[in-house]
Amino acid sequence: MSMFWSNAKRLREYPTAMIGLTIIIALAVMSIVTLVVIPYGEAVRLWRGGAAVWSDSPKNAWPLWYDWLKREKMPRTIVVDSRDPAVEKVVEATGRDTVDVTMDLEFDYPYDGFPPELTLFLTSTYRERRPHVSLKWITPDGREIRVASLTPTRSDSYRFTQDRTLQRRLGRGRVEELLFAVPEREPLVALNGPYTLHVEGLLFEEDATLDAKLVVYGVVHGLAGTDHLRRDLLIALLWGTPVAMAFGLLAAAGTTLTTMCIAATAVWFGGLVDATAQRIVGVVMVLPVLPILIMIGTFYSRSIWVMLGTVILLSIFGASILSYRAIFMQVRTLPYVEAAQAYGASNPRIVFRYLVPRVLPMIVPNLVILVPGFVFLEAALAVLGLGDPVLPTWGKVIQNANVEGALFKGYYYWILQPAALLMLAGFAFAMVGFALDRVFNPRLREL
Amino acid sequence: MSLERRSLEGTIAVDAEAVSSASRRARLATFTRMIRYTVIRLVALFFTVVAGVYLTILIANMGGYVDQIRRAQIRETIDLAASEDPALRLMPEEERTRIIEERVRLAEARLRLDQPFFVRSFYYLRDALTLNLGFAERLVSDSGSKQVRLVITERLPPTLVLFGTSNLLLFFTAIIAALNLSRRYGSRWDKLVMAMAPTSAAPGWFYGLFLILIFAAALRLLPFGGMVEAPPPDNPVLYARSLLKHMVLPVSATLMSALFFSTYSWRTFFLIFSSEDYVEMAKAKGLPNRMIERRYVLRPTLPNIITSFALMLISLWTGAIILETVFNWPGLGRLYFRAIGLYDTPVIVAIAVVYAYLLGLTLFLLDFLYALVDPRVRVGEGRGGRA
Repeated sequence: MSMFWSNAKRLREYPTAMIGLTIIIALAVMSIVTLVVIPYGEAVRLWRGGAAVWSDSPKNAWPLWYDWLKREKMPRTIVVDSRDPAVEKVVEATGRDTVDVTMDLEFDYPYDGFPPELTLFLTSTYRERRPHVSLKWITPDGREIRVASLTPTRSDSYRFTQDRTLQRRLGRGRVEELLFAVPEREPLVALNGPYTLHVEGLLFEEDATLDAKLVVYGVVHGLAGTDHLRRDLLIALLWGTPVAMAFGLLAAAGTTLTTMCIAATAVWFGGLVDATAQRIVGVVMVLPVLPILIMIGTFYSRSIWVMLGTVILLSIFGASILSYRAIFMQVRTLPYVEAAQAYGASNPRIVFRYLVPRVLPMIVPNLVILVPGFVFLEAALAVLGLGDPVLPTWGKVIQNANVEGALFKGYYYWILQPAALLMLAGFAFAMVGFALDRVFNPRLREL
Repeated sequence: MSLERRSLEGTIAVDAEAVSSASRRARLATFTRMIRYTVIRLVALFFTVVAGVYLTILIANMGGYVDQIRRAQIRETIDLAASEDPALRLMPEEERTRIIEERVRLAEARLRLDQPFFVRSFYYLRDALTLNLGFAERLVSDSGSKQVRLVITERLPPTLVLFGTSNLLLFFTAIIAALNLSRRYGSRWDKLVMAMAPTSAAPGWFYGLFLILIFAAALRLLPFGGMVEAPPPDNPVLYARSLLKHMVLPVSATLMSALFFSTYSWRTFFLIFSSEDYVEMAKAKGLPNRMIERRYVLRPTLPNIITSFALMLISLWTGAIILETVFNWPGLGRLYFRAIGLYDTPVIVAIAVVYAYLLGLTLFLLDFLYALVDPRVRVGEGRGGRA
């Protein structure tokens, strides 16, 4: 084992290995932080939450870093809620059963370009009679635009874009653009300054209430952008890290260790055991691994742990058993094994305490080199639509993007970010693995 | 084989007749040995393939789980048909149930679903091994047939074209580049290849995504996917051009993901072999570089090159699925993916069986080529044959 550490120290001579190690450590830290900050249940709730969780974020918004690359200031999401104490809200009883509620939802709009969507969420309490609400849009230059009159239900939303009457009143063009544009100028330019949505509610019951929340959706949102279901991709990207690391490391460790143990057992017992092991290797070589994985994913379970188990099972008797076998054939003849046999060590003891530990350090490079393959295998399964049904992973983000035609529609961030993370993880392990390989195989070191 | 023998015959010009009769006898012995070796391997491989196919069938049916889905499907179809049948609607409840049960029983018997799965699995095995692949449940071939054999054979050529091209290109480029690098190792190119080797950690489909992003989405130079334009051009020249245009991205994706690593590992491999004593000896004799490479480096490494070629073929067969899905390539892999989406068990099992056969065939080919190039096999190991 001491030789192992002295060899491992030699890694310092390889700059690529050090870069790779740094990335791996960074990813590990990221995984731990993610697991602590967004626990499993919370991640699943957020990712599967749907409209209830994500109504305030825009659809397919670019990540914030895109804004830094662009010269214009891209619109971000603005939320103005009347429940916020800073918002002015006047409640006034005007008659025996009528109450007037006036709210001024004010916000500043300092951005270039126009928001893609504009929605007002109305929540009200009443027994029988719905409130009456009228909306007025006040621009920074003082124009007042009548927007709509509504009678909302208890929890209702008013989408500016979908209002045909408003569209007709404003003229040609998109509603959001016309509401935010400098009047009478072509091409359309956004008018910056304070905007107000004046909400006037008429309630017909004494104890009725009315609240309003205006969401001006942004073109950029969150550090990682959002997908077609308005979900913040940051959650998937963060949660993808521990999933990818766990899958890659467990699969690599599981396959190498079990394969090695089987090879050691086969070599030690020889004869029929060895022959059987070799026959099984032959059969497994004929088995199409990926198709079988896909079959299990479709017919049985798509859980990432079932997949992991299958991958390990299928790779246990992989072709690598033959190379381990060759190594153990040499180790078996070494004097210390003979000595162990002479003092009466049992067969399992010889296999697991004498043969396996001897070869263990040699498999480290192999193990590390295998990791990227499994990380990408998980992503590949997800891209085929066989990702874990609940967990957000990198591969699933890519699959979603692919299915939604992200590349075709130009939402590059959607694929680039998870792909970059995949690449980072894959290359990091590969770089460390290659360096380890050179350190541990002296024959390669000279070259 | 012939190369060596020719040089042997060229250098030793003794009694020509004696040599030729001796060599004829030796050739005959070699031939019978090789036949015996091949037959033994063929039998062993046959059993291996049978076991592999049987395992695949067991997995494809999830130990009978898929049959439950099929039974439910049969019942649903028959129930639906019965509810729309005016003659049945008027019948009393009992009579109707009896008729429906009878029809379900018949339909299940037709598919042998009334027998236990264990028995049925052997029928499946027989059908699979004889390539009697049956009929697809949902998928239809382009010509409108439901025969699985036709559905599959229709999809085989696109896969072969794409993966044959990319893998042959990859294999020969890598070996030629590796030979060049091993000749002057330590050079700038050598270091570049070594530094780039870890990029092969990412698979082809992954680079495919990037290539699509750059060349199809951003630059609009090449198509997003597919095999030919729609509608396919009638003119064969235009057809070939369209095909080539669609092949550029998937082939480059495969090359990007594997070229550096294979070049790197071949280079290392050649370097190890060219530091052997007999190569040094040949160099000392002053043989030209080309000859050293051909006779003293490539010749002894031929078995390994063939092994890796066969392994590459194996990965070719199964690696196709995702790359074809990403590039919308109408090959076997995408067919497999679609069959899975539609729960079309006959097609799924058939493709898995075809894969198993192809893998078995590849392994057999490997063994045969091994027998041709490996002197230990040719001369007969441990039988005191001529060295």
